[in-house]
Amino acid sequence: MPGRDVESGVMQLESMYQEIILDHYRHPHHRGLREPFDAEVHHVNPTCGDEITLRVTVKDAGGEPAIADVSYDALGCSISQASASVLTDLVIGKPVSEALAVSDAFLDLMHSRDSEPDDEVLGDAVVFAGVAKYPARIKCALLGWMAWKDATARAVSSLEVED
Amino acid sequence: MTFDVAAIRKDFPILDRTVRGGKPLIYLDSANTSQKPRQVIDAMTEFYERYNANIHRATHELGEEATEAYEGARAKVAAFIGASEQSEVVFTKNVSEAINLVAYSLGNSGRIGAGDEIVVTEMEHHSNLVPWQLLCQRTGARLRWFSVTKDGRLDLGQAGDLINERTKVVAIAHQSNVLGTINPVSEIAARAHAAGALVLADAAQSVPHGLVDVSSLGADLVGFTGHKMCGPTGIGVLWARRQLLEELPPFLGGGEMIESVWMDHSTYAAPPHKFEAGTMPIAEAVGLGAAIDYLSDLDLTAARAHEQQLLGRALAALCDIEGVRILGPAGTADRGSALSFTVKGVHPHDISQVLDDAGVAVRAGHHCAWPLHRALGVQSSTRASFYLYNTMDEVEALADGIRTAQKFFGTR
Repeated sequence: MPGRDVESGVMQLESMYQEIILDHYRHPHHRGLREPFDAEVHHVNPTCGDEITLRVTVKDAGGEPAIADVSYDALGCSISQASASVLTDLVIGKPVSEALAVSDAFLDLMHSRDSEPDDEVLGDAVVFAGVAKYPARIKCALLGWMAWKDATARAVSSLEVED
Repeated sequence: MTFDVAAIRKDFPILDRTVRGGKPLIYLDSANTSQKPRQVIDAMTEFYERYNANIHRATHELGEEATEAYEGARAKVAAFIGASEQSEVVFTKNVSEAINLVAYSLGNSGRIGAGDEIVVTEMEHHSNLVPWQLLCQRTGARLRWFSVTKDGRLDLGQAGDLINERTKVVAIAHQSNVLGTINPVSEIAARAHAAGALVLADAAQSVPHGLVDVSSLGADLVGFTGHKMCGPTGIGVLWARRQLLEELPPFLGGGEMIESVWMDHSTYAAPPHKFEAGTMPIAEAVGLGAAIDYLSDLDLTAARAHEQQLLGRALAALCDIEGVRILGPAGTADRGSALSFTVKGVHPHDISQVLDDAGVAVRAGHHCAWPLHRALGVQSSTRASFYLYNTMDEVEALADGIRTAQKFFGTR
Protein backbone atom coordinates (compact mmCIF):
# COMPACT_ATOMS: atom_id res chain seq x y z
CA MET A 1 0.00 0.00 0.00
CA PRO A 2 1.85 3.12 -1.15
CA GLY A 3 1.90 6.05 1.22
CA ARG A 4 1.72 4.05 4.41
CA ASP A 5 5.19 5.26 5.26
CA VAL A 6 5.61 7.19 8.44
CA GLU A 7 7.51 10.45 8.56
CA SER A 8 10.74 10.53 6.68
CA GLY A 9 14.03 9.79 8.34
CA VAL A 10 12.72 7.97 11.38
CA MET A 11 14.57 4.78 12.14
CA GLN A 12 11.70 2.33 12.18
CA LEU A 13 13.58 -0.79 13.15
CA GLU A 14 13.30 -0.01 16.86
CA SER A 15 9.52 0.14 16.61
CA MET A 16 9.48 -3.51 15.61
CA TYR A 17 12.52 -4.78 17.46
CA GLN A 18 11.70 -3.47 20.93
CA GLU A 19 14.35 -4.15 23.55
CA ILE A 20 12.06 -6.68 25.26
CA ILE A 21 11.77 -8.63 22.01
CA LEU A 22 15.53 -8.68 21.54
CA ASP A 23 16.01 -9.76 25.17
CA HIS A 24 13.63 -12.67 24.76
CA TYR A 25 15.29 -13.57 21.45
CA ARG A 26 18.76 -13.65 23.00
CA HIS A 27 17.66 -15.29 26.24
CA PRO A 28 14.48 -17.28 25.59
CA HIS A 29 12.39 -18.40 28.56
CA HIS A 30 11.17 -21.97 29.13
CA ARG A 31 12.97 -23.19 26.04
CA GLY A 32 13.68 -26.90 25.50
CA LEU A 33 11.31 -29.86 25.41
CA ARG A 34 10.29 -31.25 28.78
CA GLU A 35 8.55 -34.36 30.10
CA PRO A 36 5.85 -35.17 30.97
CA PHE A 37 3.43 -33.55 28.53
CA ASP A 38 -0.19 -34.07 27.51
CA ALA A 39 0.09 -32.92 23.91
CA GLU A 40 2.83 -32.14 21.42
CA VAL A 41 2.44 -30.32 18.09
CA HIS A 42 4.75 -29.35 15.27
CA HIS A 43 3.89 -26.20 13.31
CA VAL A 44 5.72 -24.67 10.35
CA ASN A 45 5.53 -21.37 8.56
CA PRO A 46 5.53 -22.53 4.93
CA THR A 47 6.69 -19.17 3.59
CA CYS A 48 10.03 -19.28 5.38
CA GLY A 49 10.39 -22.76 6.79
CA ASP A 50 10.42 -21.63 10.42
CA GLU A 51 9.23 -24.36 12.73
CA ILE A 52 8.31 -25.06 16.29
CA THR A 53 7.72 -28.22 18.28
CA LEU A 54 5.66 -27.34 21.33
CA ARG A 55 4.39 -29.33 24.28
CA VAL A 56 1.62 -28.45 26.71
CA THR A 57 0.95 -29.99 30.10
CA VAL A 58 -2.34 -29.24 31.81
CA LYS A 59 -3.34 -29.78 35.41
CA ASP A 60 -6.54 -29.60 37.36
CA ALA A 61 -6.74 -26.37 39.31
CA GLY A 62 -9.80 -26.39 41.52
CA GLY A 63 -12.13 -28.00 39.00
CA GLU A 64 -10.88 -26.23 35.91
CA PRO A 65 -7.91 -27.04 33.69
CA ALA A 66 -4.83 -24.85 33.94
CA ILE A 67 -1.56 -24.69 32.01
CA ALA A 68 1.05 -26.52 34.06
CA ASP A 69 3.90 -26.19 31.56
CA VAL A 70 4.72 -25.17 28.01
CA SER A 71 8.01 -26.33 26.56
CA TYR A 72 9.27 -25.92 23.04
CA ASP A 73 12.05 -26.23 20.54
CA ALA A 74 12.01 -23.79 17.65
CA LEU A 75 13.96 -22.60 14.64
CA GLY A 76 13.15 -19.15 13.42
CA CYS A 77 13.63 -15.42 13.32
CA SER A 78 13.88 -13.09 16.28
CA ILE A 79 10.17 -12.30 16.15
CA SER A 80 8.99 -15.91 16.19
CA GLN A 81 11.50 -16.90 18.88
CA ALA A 82 10.73 -13.96 21.14
CA SER A 83 7.02 -14.42 20.68
CA ALA A 84 7.17 -18.05 21.80
CA SER A 85 9.25 -17.05 24.82
CA VAL A 86 6.85 -14.28 25.87
CA LEU A 87 3.95 -16.67 25.39
CA THR A 88 5.32 -19.16 27.89
CA ASP A 89 5.70 -16.41 30.51
CA LEU A 90 2.12 -15.35 29.98
CA VAL A 91 0.28 -18.66 29.95
CA ILE A 92 2.14 -21.00 32.31
CA GLY A 93 0.18 -21.24 35.55
CA LYS A 94 -2.96 -19.61 34.17
CA PRO A 95 -6.34 -21.35 33.94
CA VAL A 96 -6.85 -22.45 30.33
CA SER A 97 -9.81 -20.08 29.86
CA GLU A 98 -7.70 -17.11 30.97
CA ALA A 99 -4.74 -18.17 28.85
CA LEU A 100 -7.02 -18.45 25.83
CA ALA A 101 -8.22 -14.91 26.47
CA VAL A 102 -4.59 -13.74 26.33
CA SER A 103 -4.07 -15.56 23.06
CA ASP A 104 -7.25 -14.03 21.62
CA ALA A 105 -6.03 -10.59 22.64
CA PHE A 106 -2.66 -11.29 21.00
CA LEU A 107 -4.40 -12.34 17.78
CA ASP A 108 -6.45 -9.14 17.85
CA LEU A 109 -3.29 -7.14 18.35
CA MET A 110 -1.64 -8.77 15.33
CA HIS A 111 -4.62 -8.19 13.09
CA SER A 112 -5.24 -4.56 13.92
CA ARG A 113 -2.73 -1.92 13.00
CA ASP A 114 -4.12 0.90 15.08
CA SER A 115 -5.89 -0.41 18.16
CA GLU A 116 -4.50 0.27 21.63
CA PRO A 117 -3.24 -2.97 23.13
CA ASP A 118 -4.56 -3.95 26.55
CA ASP A 119 -1.40 -4.34 28.60
CA GLU A 120 -3.30 -5.73 31.57
CA VAL A 121 -4.15 -8.81 29.52
CA LEU A 122 -1.11 -8.90 27.27
CA GLY A 123 1.72 -7.96 29.59
CA ASP A 124 5.08 -8.02 27.78
CA ALA A 125 3.32 -9.14 24.61
CA VAL A 126 2.18 -5.55 23.94
CA VAL A 127 5.66 -4.89 22.54
CA PHE A 128 4.64 -6.88 19.47
CA ALA A 129 2.29 -4.07 18.43
CA GLY A 130 5.07 -2.80 16.15
CA VAL A 131 5.18 -6.14 14.33
CA ALA A 132 1.53 -5.81 13.33
CA LYS A 133 2.56 -2.94 11.04
CA TYR A 134 4.52 -5.39 8.88
CA PRO A 135 2.04 -7.89 7.39
CA ALA A 136 4.81 -10.24 6.26
CA ARG A 137 5.96 -10.69 9.86
CA ILE A 138 2.60 -11.34 11.54
CA LYS A 139 2.87 -15.05 10.78
CA CYS A 140 6.25 -15.09 12.53
CA ALA A 141 4.76 -13.62 15.69
CA LEU A 142 1.81 -16.01 15.57
CA LEU A 143 3.71 -19.25 14.96
CA GLY A 144 4.18 -20.12 18.63
CA TRP A 145 0.71 -18.95 19.62
CA MET A 146 -1.00 -21.06 16.98
CA ALA A 147 1.04 -24.08 18.05
CA TRP A 148 0.19 -23.43 21.70
CA LYS A 149 -3.54 -23.09 20.96
CA ASP A 150 -3.51 -26.34 19.00
CA ALA A 151 -1.56 -28.22 21.67
CA THR A 152 -3.72 -26.85 24.47
CA ALA A 153 -6.94 -27.93 22.74
CA ARG A 154 -5.48 -31.43 22.39
CA ALA A 155 -4.23 -31.50 25.97
CA VAL A 156 -7.60 -30.40 27.33
CA SER A 157 -9.48 -32.95 25.26
CA SER A 158 -7.12 -35.69 26.47
CA LEU A 159 -7.86 -34.55 30.03
CA GLU A 160 -11.58 -34.84 29.35
CA VAL A 161 -11.16 -38.34 27.90
CA GLU A 162 -9.34 -39.40 31.07
CA ASP A 163 -12.25 -38.11 33.15
CA MET B 1 27.56 -0.02 -27.49
CA THR B 2 28.08 0.84 -23.83
CA PHE B 3 25.40 -0.20 -21.46
CA ASP B 4 23.65 2.89 -20.11
CA VAL B 5 22.02 1.87 -16.83
CA ALA B 6 20.84 5.39 -16.07
CA ALA B 7 18.91 5.48 -19.34
CA ILE B 8 17.42 2.06 -18.69
CA ARG B 9 16.32 3.05 -15.19
CA LYS B 10 14.32 5.91 -16.67
CA ASP B 11 12.17 3.33 -18.47
CA PHE B 12 11.05 1.80 -15.16
CA PRO B 13 8.67 4.21 -13.40
CA ILE B 14 8.65 2.26 -10.13
CA LEU B 15 12.38 2.81 -9.63
CA ASP B 16 11.57 6.46 -8.90
CA ARG B 17 9.51 5.75 -5.82
CA THR B 18 10.60 5.84 -2.23
CA VAL B 19 9.80 3.34 0.50
CA ARG B 20 9.84 3.17 4.30
CA GLY B 21 9.77 6.86 5.00
CA GLY B 22 11.42 8.41 1.98
CA LYS B 23 14.23 6.02 1.17
CA PRO B 24 14.92 5.41 -2.52
CA LEU B 25 13.80 1.96 -3.59
CA ILE B 26 16.68 -0.45 -4.15
CA TYR B 27 15.04 -3.37 -5.84
CA LEU B 28 17.12 -6.54 -5.55
CA ASP B 29 14.30 -9.04 -5.93
CA SER B 30 14.07 -9.49 -9.70
CA ALA B 31 14.49 -13.26 -9.53
CA ASN B 32 11.17 -13.14 -7.67
CA THR B 33 9.55 -10.81 -10.16
CA SER B 34 11.13 -8.13 -12.34
CA GLN B 35 9.93 -4.57 -12.59
CA LYS B 36 8.12 -3.42 -15.74
CA PRO B 37 9.23 -0.76 -18.20
CA ARG B 38 6.85 1.96 -19.28
CA GLN B 39 6.68 0.34 -22.73
CA VAL B 40 5.05 -2.78 -21.28
CA ILE B 41 2.63 -0.86 -19.09
CA ASP B 42 1.65 1.33 -22.06
CA ALA B 43 1.17 -1.64 -24.38
CA MET B 44 -1.27 -3.24 -21.95
CA THR B 45 -3.13 0.00 -21.38
CA GLU B 46 -3.35 0.55 -25.12
CA PHE B 47 -4.77 -2.93 -25.59
CA TYR B 48 -7.58 -2.24 -23.10
CA GLU B 49 -8.18 1.29 -24.36
CA ARG B 50 -8.05 0.65 -28.10
CA TYR B 51 -8.62 -2.95 -29.18
CA ASN B 52 -9.82 -5.13 -26.31
CA ALA B 53 -11.72 -8.10 -27.72
CA ASN B 54 -11.64 -11.86 -27.45
CA ILE B 55 -9.32 -13.67 -29.83
CA HIS B 56 -9.93 -16.24 -32.57
CA ARG B 57 -13.69 -15.97 -32.26
CA ALA B 58 -14.74 -12.32 -32.58
CA THR B 59 -15.67 -11.54 -36.19
CA HIS B 60 -15.17 -7.79 -35.91
CA GLU B 61 -12.29 -5.41 -36.40
CA LEU B 62 -11.37 -5.29 -32.70
CA GLY B 63 -11.29 -9.07 -32.62
CA GLU B 64 -8.98 -9.12 -35.61
CA GLU B 65 -6.64 -6.64 -33.98
CA ALA B 66 -6.63 -8.48 -30.65
CA THR B 67 -5.96 -11.80 -32.38
CA GLU B 68 -3.15 -10.26 -34.39
CA ALA B 69 -1.57 -8.83 -31.24
CA TYR B 70 -1.90 -12.13 -29.33
CA GLU B 71 -0.47 -14.22 -32.16
CA GLY B 72 2.09 -11.49 -32.77
CA ALA B 73 3.26 -11.95 -29.18
CA ARG B 74 3.63 -15.66 -29.85
CA ALA B 75 5.81 -14.90 -32.86
CA LYS B 76 7.97 -12.56 -30.76
CA VAL B 77 8.43 -15.23 -28.10
CA ALA B 78 9.35 -17.78 -30.75
CA ALA B 79 11.96 -15.47 -32.26
CA PHE B 80 13.37 -14.50 -28.83
CA ILE B 81 14.08 -18.11 -27.87
CA GLY B 82 15.08 -19.34 -31.32
CA ALA B 83 12.06 -21.59 -31.90
CA SER B 84 11.75 -22.82 -35.45
CA GLU B 85 7.95 -22.46 -35.48
CA GLN B 86 5.50 -20.17 -33.72
CA SER B 87 3.21 -23.13 -33.13
CA GLU B 88 5.81 -24.55 -30.77
CA VAL B 89 5.02 -21.76 -28.31
CA VAL B 90 2.13 -22.53 -25.94
CA PHE B 91 0.92 -19.78 -23.64
CA THR B 92 0.23 -20.80 -20.04
CA LYS B 93 -0.43 -18.96 -16.79
CA ASN B 94 3.13 -19.39 -15.48
CA VAL B 95 5.95 -21.94 -15.31
CA SER B 96 4.12 -24.03 -12.73
CA GLU B 97 1.22 -24.44 -15.14
CA ALA B 98 3.57 -25.19 -18.03
CA ILE B 99 5.23 -28.00 -16.08
CA ASN B 100 1.92 -29.33 -14.78
CA LEU B 101 0.68 -29.36 -18.36
CA VAL B 102 3.60 -31.55 -19.35
CA ALA B 103 3.33 -33.84 -16.32
CA TYR B 104 -0.42 -34.38 -16.70
CA SER B 105 -0.27 -34.73 -20.44
CA LEU B 106 2.59 -37.22 -20.30
CA GLY B 107 0.73 -39.16 -17.62
CA ASN B 108 -2.45 -39.23 -19.68
CA SER B 109 -0.54 -40.29 -22.79
CA GLY B 110 0.27 -43.62 -21.15
CA ARG B 111 3.99 -43.00 -21.62
CA ILE B 112 4.72 -43.18 -17.88
CA GLY B 113 3.99 -46.24 -15.76
CA ALA B 114 5.10 -48.30 -12.77
CA GLY B 115 8.80 -49.08 -12.99
CA ASP B 116 9.58 -45.97 -15.01
CA GLU B 117 11.76 -43.25 -13.56
CA ILE B 118 11.60 -39.47 -13.54
CA VAL B 119 14.82 -37.63 -12.76
CA VAL B 120 14.94 -34.16 -11.21
CA THR B 121 17.56 -32.35 -9.13
CA GLU B 122 17.88 -31.29 -5.54
CA MET B 123 18.09 -27.64 -6.61
CA GLU B 124 14.66 -27.49 -8.25
CA HIS B 125 12.12 -24.82 -7.51
CA HIS B 126 9.00 -26.52 -6.11
CA SER B 127 7.34 -25.87 -9.48
CA ASN B 128 9.70 -28.35 -11.13
CA LEU B 129 9.44 -30.88 -8.32
CA VAL B 130 5.89 -31.16 -6.99
CA PRO B 131 4.26 -31.80 -10.42
CA TRP B 132 6.64 -34.76 -10.87
CA GLN B 133 5.92 -36.06 -7.36
CA LEU B 134 2.23 -35.97 -8.26
CA LEU B 135 2.87 -37.73 -11.58
CA CYS B 136 4.80 -40.47 -9.77
CA GLN B 137 1.92 -40.89 -7.30
CA ARG B 138 -0.58 -41.23 -10.16
CA THR B 139 1.47 -43.64 -12.24
CA GLY B 140 3.65 -45.59 -9.82
CA ALA B 141 6.79 -44.22 -11.46
CA ARG B 142 9.82 -43.57 -9.27
CA LEU B 143 11.26 -40.12 -8.63
CA ARG B 144 15.05 -39.84 -8.53
CA TRP B 145 17.32 -36.84 -8.29
CA PHE B 146 20.78 -35.40 -8.76
CA SER B 147 22.41 -34.22 -5.53
CA VAL B 148 23.96 -30.81 -5.19
CA THR B 149 27.64 -30.49 -4.35
CA LYS B 150 28.95 -28.22 -1.60
CA ASP B 151 29.84 -25.54 -4.13
CA GLY B 152 26.32 -25.53 -5.52
CA ARG B 153 26.71 -27.60 -8.68
CA LEU B 154 24.94 -30.76 -9.76
CA ASP B 155 26.84 -33.94 -8.97
CA LEU B 156 27.11 -35.07 -12.58
CA GLY B 157 28.99 -38.20 -11.50
CA GLN B 158 25.56 -39.62 -10.68
CA ALA B 159 24.36 -39.30 -14.26
CA GLY B 160 25.37 -42.82 -15.27
CA ASP B 161 23.28 -44.35 -12.49
CA LEU B 162 20.39 -41.89 -12.59
CA ILE B 163 19.80 -41.82 -16.33
CA ASN B 164 19.12 -45.29 -17.66
CA GLU B 165 16.70 -47.25 -19.82
CA ARG B 166 13.91 -46.78 -17.24
CA THR B 167 14.24 -42.98 -17.33
CA LYS B 168 11.32 -41.32 -19.07
CA VAL B 169 11.81 -37.67 -18.16
CA VAL B 170 14.73 -35.60 -16.94
CA ALA B 171 13.50 -32.27 -15.56
CA ILE B 172 16.12 -29.72 -14.52
CA ALA B 173 16.49 -26.05 -13.81
CA HIS B 174 18.51 -24.24 -16.46
CA GLN B 175 19.52 -21.72 -13.81
CA SER B 176 18.92 -22.18 -10.10
CA ASN B 177 16.70 -19.52 -8.56
CA VAL B 178 18.62 -19.83 -5.28
CA LEU B 179 22.23 -20.62 -6.19
CA GLY B 180 22.41 -18.88 -9.55
CA THR B 181 24.09 -22.04 -10.89
CA ILE B 182 23.69 -22.47 -14.63
CA ASN B 183 23.35 -26.18 -15.28
CA PRO B 184 24.83 -27.96 -18.32
CA VAL B 185 21.44 -28.77 -19.84
CA SER B 186 22.78 -29.86 -23.23
CA GLU B 187 25.28 -32.27 -21.67
CA ILE B 188 22.59 -33.86 -19.50
CA ALA B 189 20.14 -33.85 -22.41
CA ALA B 190 22.59 -35.77 -24.60
CA ARG B 191 22.69 -38.55 -22.01
CA ALA B 192 18.94 -38.47 -21.50
CA HIS B 193 18.26 -38.64 -25.22
CA ALA B 194 20.64 -41.56 -25.60
CA ALA B 195 18.54 -43.33 -22.96
CA GLY B 196 15.32 -42.42 -24.78
CA ALA B 197 14.13 -39.92 -22.16
CA LEU B 198 12.55 -36.52 -22.68
CA VAL B 199 14.22 -33.44 -21.19
CA LEU B 200 12.39 -30.50 -19.66
CA ALA B 201 14.28 -27.35 -18.71
CA ASP B 202 12.84 -24.88 -16.23
CA ALA B 203 14.20 -21.71 -17.79
CA ALA B 204 12.35 -19.20 -15.60
CA GLN B 205 15.63 -17.69 -14.42
CA SER B 206 17.60 -17.86 -17.66
CA VAL B 207 15.25 -16.61 -20.38
CA PRO B 208 15.01 -13.12 -18.75
CA HIS B 209 18.74 -12.71 -19.32
CA GLY B 210 18.53 -13.73 -22.96
CA LEU B 211 20.35 -16.99 -22.27
CA VAL B 212 18.05 -19.40 -24.03
CA ASP B 213 18.19 -20.60 -27.61
CA VAL B 214 15.97 -23.67 -27.72
CA SER B 215 17.63 -24.89 -30.90
CA SER B 216 20.90 -25.42 -29.02
CA LEU B 217 19.79 -25.86 -25.39
CA GLY B 218 19.10 -29.54 -25.91
CA ALA B 219 15.81 -29.73 -24.02
CA ASP B 220 12.62 -31.06 -25.63
CA LEU B 221 10.42 -28.90 -23.43
CA VAL B 222 11.20 -25.50 -21.94
CA GLY B 223 9.10 -23.51 -19.48
CA PHE B 224 9.44 -19.86 -18.50
CA THR B 225 7.33 -16.98 -17.28
CA GLY B 226 6.65 -13.43 -18.43
CA HIS B 227 6.82 -11.59 -15.13
CA LYS B 228 10.50 -12.28 -14.51
CA MET B 229 11.45 -10.79 -17.90
CA CYS B 230 9.89 -7.33 -17.70
CA GLY B 231 6.47 -8.67 -18.67
CA PRO B 232 3.25 -8.94 -16.67
CA THR B 233 2.17 -11.69 -14.29
CA GLY B 234 -0.37 -14.23 -15.51
CA ILE B 235 1.42 -15.27 -18.70
CA GLY B 236 3.93 -18.07 -19.04
CA VAL B 237 5.28 -20.13 -21.90
CA LEU B 238 5.79 -23.76 -22.67
CA TRP B 239 7.98 -24.39 -25.68
CA ALA B 240 8.19 -27.91 -27.09
CA ARG B 241 9.13 -29.48 -30.37
CA ARG B 242 6.15 -29.48 -32.74
CA GLN B 243 6.06 -33.25 -33.09
CA LEU B 244 5.97 -33.73 -29.33
CA LEU B 245 3.13 -31.24 -28.94
CA GLU B 246 1.21 -33.15 -31.61
CA GLU B 247 1.72 -36.44 -29.81
CA LEU B 248 0.76 -35.23 -26.35
CA PRO B 249 -2.93 -35.28 -25.37
CA PRO B 250 -4.61 -32.06 -24.17
CA PHE B 251 -4.24 -30.91 -20.57
CA LEU B 252 -7.24 -28.68 -19.84
CA GLY B 253 -10.43 -29.13 -21.86
CA GLY B 254 -12.73 -26.28 -22.81
CA GLY B 255 -13.29 -23.48 -25.26
CA GLU B 256 -10.98 -22.90 -28.22
CA MET B 257 -8.90 -26.07 -27.77
CA ILE B 258 -11.24 -28.20 -29.89
CA GLU B 259 -11.63 -29.12 -33.52
CA SER B 260 -15.13 -30.67 -33.30
CA VAL B 261 -17.38 -31.47 -30.36
CA TRP B 262 -20.17 -34.04 -30.03
CA MET B 263 -22.08 -34.92 -26.89
CA ASP B 264 -19.94 -37.94 -26.16
CA HIS B 265 -16.54 -36.98 -27.52
CA SER B 266 -14.39 -34.30 -29.12
CA THR B 267 -11.46 -33.90 -31.43
CA TYR B 268 -8.83 -31.32 -30.72
CA ALA B 269 -7.26 -28.32 -32.36
CA ALA B 270 -3.69 -28.48 -33.60
CA PRO B 271 -0.93 -27.20 -31.28
CA PRO B 272 -0.52 -24.72 -29.76
CA HIS B 273 -4.29 -24.13 -29.46
CA LYS B 274 -4.86 -27.69 -28.25
CA PHE B 275 -3.20 -26.61 -25.00
CA GLU B 276 -4.84 -23.19 -24.65
CA ALA B 277 -8.31 -23.87 -23.23
CA GLY B 278 -10.67 -21.01 -22.49
CA THR B 279 -10.09 -17.30 -22.91
CA MET B 280 -6.38 -16.73 -22.50
CA PRO B 281 -4.66 -13.81 -20.73
CA ILE B 282 -4.70 -11.69 -23.88
CA ALA B 283 -3.55 -8.35 -22.47
CA GLU B 284 -0.79 -10.20 -20.63
CA ALA B 285 0.37 -11.83 -23.86
CA VAL B 286 0.43 -8.38 -25.46
CA GLY B 287 2.45 -7.16 -22.46
CA LEU B 288 4.88 -10.05 -22.83
CA GLY B 289 5.27 -9.21 -26.51
CA ALA B 290 6.13 -5.63 -25.53
CA ALA B 291 8.62 -6.92 -22.94
CA ILE B 292 10.33 -8.97 -25.61
CA ASP B 293 10.43 -5.95 -27.92
CA TYR B 294 11.98 -4.00 -25.05
CA LEU B 295 14.63 -6.64 -24.30
CA SER B 296 15.34 -7.19 -27.99
CA ASP B 297 16.02 -3.49 -28.49
CA LEU B 298 18.70 -3.63 -25.81
CA ASP B 299 22.14 -5.11 -26.20
CA LEU B 300 21.49 -8.17 -24.07
CA THR B 301 25.11 -9.26 -24.23
CA ALA B 302 26.09 -5.95 -22.69
CA ALA B 303 23.25 -6.27 -20.17
CA ARG B 304 24.55 -9.67 -19.12
CA ALA B 305 28.06 -8.31 -18.80
CA HIS B 306 26.67 -5.56 -16.59
CA GLU B 307 24.81 -8.08 -14.42
CA GLN B 308 27.97 -10.19 -14.16
CA GLN B 309 29.86 -7.14 -12.92
CA LEU B 310 27.23 -6.51 -10.29
CA LEU B 311 27.32 -10.16 -9.27
CA GLY B 312 31.12 -10.21 -9.13
CA ARG B 313 31.18 -7.13 -6.93
CA ALA B 314 28.44 -8.52 -4.69
CA LEU B 315 30.23 -11.85 -4.29
CA ALA B 316 33.42 -10.02 -3.31
CA ALA B 317 31.66 -7.58 -0.98
CA LEU B 318 29.74 -10.33 0.83
CA CYS B 319 32.82 -12.53 1.08
CA ASP B 320 34.48 -9.69 2.97
CA ILE B 321 31.80 -9.66 5.65
CA GLU B 322 32.63 -12.03 8.48
CA GLY B 323 29.82 -14.47 9.20
CA VAL B 324 28.35 -14.37 5.70
CA ARG B 325 28.08 -17.68 3.88
CA ILE B 326 27.31 -17.54 0.18
CA LEU B 327 25.19 -20.40 -1.12
CA GLY B 328 26.21 -21.53 -4.57
CA PRO B 329 29.28 -20.99 -6.72
CA ALA B 330 31.79 -18.50 -5.34
CA GLY B 331 32.74 -17.18 -8.79
CA THR B 332 30.75 -15.73 -11.66
CA ALA B 333 31.47 -18.52 -14.17
CA ASP B 334 28.35 -20.43 -15.24
CA ARG B 335 26.43 -18.48 -12.68
CA GLY B 336 23.50 -16.11 -12.95
CA SER B 337 22.82 -13.11 -10.80
CA ALA B 338 20.77 -14.61 -7.98
CA LEU B 339 22.84 -14.48 -4.81
CA SER B 340 21.61 -16.27 -1.69
CA PHE B 341 23.42 -16.12 1.60
CA THR B 342 23.17 -16.66 5.32
CA VAL B 343 24.53 -14.44 8.07
CA LYS B 344 25.76 -16.12 11.22
CA GLY B 345 23.53 -15.37 14.17
CA VAL B 346 20.93 -13.35 12.25
CA HIS B 347 17.87 -15.01 10.75
CA PRO B 348 17.14 -14.22 7.06
CA HIS B 349 13.83 -12.60 8.01
CA ASP B 350 15.65 -10.25 10.31
CA ILE B 351 18.30 -9.49 7.67
CA SER B 352 15.63 -8.68 5.12
CA GLN B 353 13.78 -6.54 7.67
CA VAL B 354 16.87 -4.43 8.31
CA LEU B 355 17.54 -4.18 4.56
CA ASP B 356 13.90 -3.21 3.97
CA ASP B 357 14.28 -0.46 6.54
CA ALA B 358 17.06 0.92 4.33
CA GLY B 359 14.88 0.62 1.22
CA VAL B 360 16.58 -2.54 -0.03
CA ALA B 361 14.07 -5.15 -1.26
CA VAL B 362 15.34 -8.75 -1.09
CA ARG B 363 13.70 -12.10 -0.47
CA ALA B 364 13.99 -14.18 2.70
CA GLY B 365 12.95 -17.77 3.22
CA HIS B 366 13.49 -20.94 1.25
CA HIS B 367 12.61 -19.34 -2.12
CA CYS B 368 10.35 -22.27 -3.08
CA ALA B 369 13.36 -24.59 -2.87
CA TRP B 370 12.98 -26.19 0.53
CA PRO B 371 14.76 -29.48 -0.26
CA LEU B 372 17.76 -27.53 -1.57
CA HIS B 373 18.04 -25.63 1.70
CA ARG B 374 17.87 -28.90 3.63
CA ALA B 375 20.60 -30.34 1.42
CA LEU B 376 22.80 -27.32 2.12
CA GLY B 377 22.13 -27.63 5.83
CA VAL B 378 20.48 -24.24 6.18
CA GLN B 379 16.96 -23.56 7.33
CA SER B 380 16.46 -20.57 5.04
CA SER B 381 18.42 -17.82 3.36
CA THR B 382 18.32 -14.25 2.15
CA ARG B 383 18.48 -13.71 -1.60
CA ALA B 384 19.50 -10.65 -3.55
CA SER B 385 19.03 -10.83 -7.30
CA PHE B 386 20.30 -8.38 -9.89
CA TYR B 387 18.81 -7.38 -13.21
CA LEU B 388 19.68 -5.00 -15.98
CA TYR B 389 18.46 -1.92 -14.11
CA ASN B 390 20.55 -2.42 -10.96
CA THR B 391 23.65 -0.38 -10.14
CA MET B 392 26.95 -0.78 -8.30
CA ASP B 393 25.72 1.63 -5.62
CA GLU B 394 22.85 -0.73 -4.95
CA VAL B 395 25.28 -3.60 -4.44
CA GLU B 396 27.11 -1.46 -1.87
CA ALA B 397 23.80 -0.70 -0.15
CA LEU B 398 23.21 -4.44 0.17
CA ALA B 399 26.58 -4.96 1.84
CA ASP B 400 26.05 -1.95 4.11
CA GLY B 401 22.63 -3.26 5.11
CA ILE B 402 24.05 -6.64 6.09
CA ARG B 403 26.65 -4.93 8.29
CA THR B 404 23.91 -2.79 9.86
CA ALA B 405 21.93 -5.92 10.65
CA GLN B 406 24.96 -7.52 12.29
CA LYS B 407 25.45 -4.43 14.46
CA PHE B 408 21.76 -4.21 15.29
CA PHE B 409 21.56 -7.81 16.42
CA GLY B 410 24.89 -7.58 18.15
CA THR B 411 26.67 -10.32 16.25
CA ARG B 412 29.49 -8.06 15.05
